[in-house]
Amino acid sequence: MEANKVIHAFYTDDEVLVDAVKAVKAEHHHIEEVFCPFPVHGLDKAMGLAPTRLAITAFFYGITGLSVAIWLTNYIMIQDWPQDIGGKPSFSWFENMPAFVPIMFELTVFFAAHLMVITFYMRSRIWPFKEAENPDPRTTDDHFLMEIPVHNNEEALTSLLAKTGAVEINVVDKH
Amino acid sequence: MYQFSGKLKTFSLALIVLGVIGIAYSFYSGSQTTLEDAKHAIEAASNDGHGGSHGEAIEAPHTVDSSKVDNNASGVHHGEESVDATMSGHGAHDDDSHAEHVLHQLQNRPWSAFYVALFFSLGLTLLVLTFYAIQRVAQVGWSVVILRVMEAITGNLLPVSILMAVVVIASVMHLNHLFPWMEEGTFDPSSENYDPIVDGKSWWINSTGFVVRSIIYLILWNVYRFFIRKNSIKEDTANDGNKTYKKNYNASVIFLFVFMITESMMSWDWIMGLDPHWFSTLFAWYVLATLLVSALTVIAFFTIYLRSKNALPGVNDSHIHDLAKFMFGFSVFWTYLWFAQFMLIWYADIPEETTYYVARFTEYKLPFLGMVVMNFAFPVLLLINSDFKSKPWFVFIGGVVILAGHYIDVFIMVMPSTVGAQWFFGIPEISALLFFIGLIIYTTLSSFAKANPVPKGNPFLAESEHFHYYNIEHSGEDSGDHH
Repeated sequence: MEANKVIHAFYTDDEVLVDAVKAVKAEHHHIEEVFCPFPVHGLDKAMGLAPTRLAITAFFYGITGLSVAIWLTNYIMIQDWPQDIGGKPSFSWFENMPAFVPIMFELTVFFAAHLMVITFYMRSRIWPFKEAENPDPRTTDDHFLMEIPVHNNEEALTSLLAKTGAVEINVVDKH
Repeated sequence: MYQFSGKLKTFSLALIVLGVIGIAYSFYSGSQTTLEDAKHAIEAASNDGHGGSHGEAIEAPHTVDSSKVDNNASGVHHGEESVDATMSGHGAHDDDSHAEHVLHQLQNRPWSAFYVALFFSLGLTLLVLTFYAIQRVAQVGWSVVILRVMEAITGNLLPVSILMAVVVIASVMHLNHLFPWMEEGTFDPSSENYDPIVDGKSWWINSTGFVVRSIIYLILWNVYRFFIRKNSIKEDTANDGNKTYKKNYNASVIFLFVFMITESMMSWDWIMGLDPHWFSTLFAWYVLATLLVSALTVIAFFTIYLRSKNALPGVNDSHIHDLAKFMFGFSVFWTYLWFAQFMLIWYADIPEETTYYVARFTEYKLPFLGMVVMNFAFPVLLLINSDFKSKPWFVFIGGVVILAGHYIDVFIMVMPSTVGAQWFFGIPEISALLFFIGLIIYTTLSSFAKANPVPKGNPFLAESEHFHYYNIEHSGEDSGDHH
């Protein structure tokens, strides 16, 4: 079961970690995952991850929120129960638009923010009561963990990682 | 050390000279206007533009028509004669007094044109000084390598302060009609010009107080500028365990406190005083937002220029990126305040508040709505992209539109109350702009040449030199080198 073997290399400093990731990438090894106790700036770039598309979804969620706000204000304030807004009974959504700008703004932000978080959870496959996936509890405290799959190159990888400043290197079977 | 190039020096001096000639010409032609010109202007206004939308304007007798023009200008629904008399502060009852009102507006134009550019220049220089003080108080790391650029721009403060003092004193001496409350008899109950609303605020709005306050603001700002510039240069060689640095920190804290109070009062005195009946509690913030975003744009411009001349060794793309982020952020902040002020007044629809917007919506519709596009839509669309914010070329284009838009904003704060319908963007406005652009280039670059461009004694210098926003690639740098 050579294919399921992985190396876990531990680091204690984010700068050392990013340099190690670069060194491993320079040798053309595939890095499966890096577990960190906090977000490390520049790590995604060093690992060669594609840029996030979350921003694109945020744009569409915002547009959705804006449309809902326009529909909502029009239905509530103009159609269903026509209101005299600010002593200007025009009963037209457009002429009363300034009064609706705060609602439009808030719902745009509301939709973008909440749906973005939900999207992020779904994309990262996390939900309430889910069992933690990180292989070592120390990655939630003060250690960084780099996971590299082994393809008959255990020794070469181990010696490379030792040079990058790893504090601990374990070869484990992944289930 | 940076050397102020002879070519640019000549260019800035040429702008100043050109500006002075244009200003002198417009003051001369402004002083030549007579009551006849005013009557012509009224006639022209009733024959085209405003007359076109009202069918009856062409046959209507002159008196009716002219009162309509005046109602538009002072922003009161027409037909309410008594309201108009108190609102306009000039008491436009008959044809001749209306013509005199228009004559004052025509005579005001060179003053107003100069005042708009002067206030804009003074205000943005002041806000550069404030932004600089904020950097010191917050002990900001990233901006240390451009602190000397900000310092250099504040070299413009003294000359524009002197010009402001001159205009303030000239206004009180009745050399112009910029401030309607300075009209003879405003505070005299027996006078025809008596204005009970303004008289009720006479504890604040009075000539003595106005001059004294104005001079105090100007002196306080210039004292801080003088002190901090001297001590900032001293920091370079002090080597005294950051003692000078801490002293500068304390001075900046005091300045920020003084600034927030004087800035509010300055905006009431110098801008809101142009419409003495009107009031807005948000106004000081709104003026602050306009001047702050302009100040950041000017800092970005000089930084980009000096960097391209290799005069700023520590500045990299991340510093430009941060300045552009501020320009972007404060453009949105300006829009927020602009809209907040507008919406509350629009919603409540109280006559003494809406006058301000009626005047701007009738006579100034194009610049009034155009500036929202220039100050909000354009910067947001151009600068929202993270990569664009570090490209000097994009920051420059965005900055030009932002500066033009905020000039228009100040224009619209001042002009409707001083020249009303008689506004135009012509020789007086352009030459005043040229003058102040030339002045700020000259004063900034000559004071930049007088000090080390890198503040060697600042304890955060190393942090600023290594500043790197992780999300962008620096031009002319190995992409692998991230920290």
